[in-house]
Amino acid sequence: MSDTGTERQEAASDWPKIRTVGVDGMLVSFGDRLSEPANRAALAFRAALDRAAPEGVEETSTSLVSAYVRFNPVHRDHAGLRADLDALVQERDWYEADLPQGRREWRIPTVFGTDLAPQLDEAAEAAGMTAEEAIASISETVVRVQTIGFAPGQPYLGELAPEWDIPRQKALTERIPEGALAVAIRQLVLFSVSTPTGWRHVGQTGFRLFRPEAETPFVLRPGDAVRFEPVSRERFEAMKDDPDGGARAKELT
Amino acid sequence: MSRALIVRRAGPGLTLQDRGRPGYMGFGLSPGGAADRLALAEGAALLGQDDGLAALEMAGMGGEFEAESDMRIALTGAPMRAAIDGTRVAWHASHALPAGARLTIGGAEAGSYGYLHVGGGFGGDVRLGSRSVHVASGLGQAVESGARLEIGEETAPAEVNRLLPVAPRFEGGTVRVVPSLQTDFFDADQIERFETTRFKRDARGSRMGVRLDFDGEGFHSDAGLSVLSEVVVPGDIQITGDGAPFVLLGECQTTGGYPRIASVLPCDLPTVVQATPGTALRFRFVTLEEAVEAERRAAAHRNGLRSALTPLVRDPHNIRDLLAYQLISGATAGRELEET
Repeated sequence: MSDTGTERQEAASDWPKIRTVGVDGMLVSFGDRLSEPANRAALAFRAALDRAAPEGVEETSTSLVSAYVRFNPVHRDHAGLRADLDALVQERDWYEADLPQGRREWRIPTVFGTDLAPQLDEAAEAAGMTAEEAIASISETVVRVQTIGFAPGQPYLGELAPEWDIPRQKALTERIPEGALAVAIRQLVLFSVSTPTGWRHVGQTGFRLFRPEAETPFVLRPGDAVRFEPVSRERFEAMKDDPDGGARAKELT
Repeated sequence: MSRALIVRRAGPGLTLQDRGRPGYMGFGLSPGGAADRLALAEGAALLGQDDGLAALEMAGMGGEFEAESDMRIALTGAPMRAAIDGTRVAWHASHALPAGARLTIGGAEAGSYGYLHVGGGFGGDVRLGSRSVHVASGLGQAVESGARLEIGEETAPAEVNRLLPVAPRFEGGTVRVVPSLQTDFFDADQIERFETTRFKRDARGSRMGVRLDFDGEGFHSDAGLSVLSEVVVPGDIQITGDGAPFVLLGECQTTGGYPRIASVLPCDLPTVVQATPGTALRFRFVTLEEAVEAERRAAAHRNGLRSALTPLVRDPHNIRDLLAYQLISGATAGRELEET
């Protein structure tokens, strides 16, 4: 695909880039905008970093296109860690990396629209679709967990069709409920906590993403595939007691 | 037999806090933990115990507590009016709290977050490696009136009546920052104005972060608001949609789309945390090398807190139950200064 080719060329010139984050962090970024290769590169680089475990590293994470490292700068200087990261960056073409192993495909029952998800019409209009077309477009796309972030266990999912390149709203929605599915900039966010947001609320699920009392407190993992299946409000209500909200997973790799 | 402190009356915003939960950023969970991390170290020094034990964090005001059995306490962070059975006791100090005694802690006289530590530390559920309540994620909950807070076994020598001289950090001042990954989204004029502006801590704020108020036009970045969501860490200063800086604290989100102009040195974060609404704050950029050196000195300071303790001089007339106190100091193993 020519699109991907352009992204790769761009990437080759300036990226990956290593920058500091505050006093005790470093970030290895594979681009300044979201692309499939940059996202895969970030996920694969972090996995390799965890395996390599450079001295002084205390924690790692990924964002959409970057891998983050927190370390103790009192015990390990910035130059030393940067050299380790640089060596790992040189090791291979990270943009060619495969998706993580152990991925699953989730089917999550979702009520689109109604008073449970009041911004479906508004979002559909912004994307130039009818509400029915919007439901079909979102629910027929298999999206992928691109990163977990913002709140505990909360996935950023993508990528939707280009019509969904709609901006965040100017004013914040004061409170979006847990399990809310919201859309902006060709991405979906499934909310793990009730919070203010600038994303538009188009669907509601009963899926609990953060279960502090459970053995697996964070349910979704980067790389997981997700489909949001339209269900009636009646079926949604009937599944209320299930912490998965009726969601089912199968292993992909 | 379990020991406990009974909460007769809880002020708003009482939570158990320890050093928080590092290691879960990749799962979207920020570390949280005590808002003023230095206060945690000070309490541990006063009681001669590990600084990983949980303390009670009091946002703005305390409450009324009753000892179910003999215990030791230490009071740190924002100074609050405190009394044991009606007699005023010193802040930044350790005290005996005999069984049946009532401890009352009022509003903060300066600063925002006060801490009540107990010998042995508070018990409570450990979740994901910590007892800290993470308010923003709904992990754990605030302590309410009527709660019975379990206390761990004492492992330290049982000394009390120690005072810790504390450098002021409750009246705002200049906070050191380093450039971070989005600082160059702001042009030189914006950066200069940021360094010369006198900010005031806004009334809006929580354990997630505090908003800053100032005179003049809002700050803006050349990248606008279209930047890709990227890693966020405590101390980051986000420029929100209205152009006002927002300093992120321990319970901040882990990714964010608003550009960040700078990041506060971890060792200077308590000054931001403790600023009360209206308190003046300024920011000064330092190099990464200067920041690391400042962190090194702060770590040395925390490690040296125990040797800075002094005996708490009390007027015997003010001690009602004089005979209940152990007046001979030095009745310990005598090794506590060597132990770190």
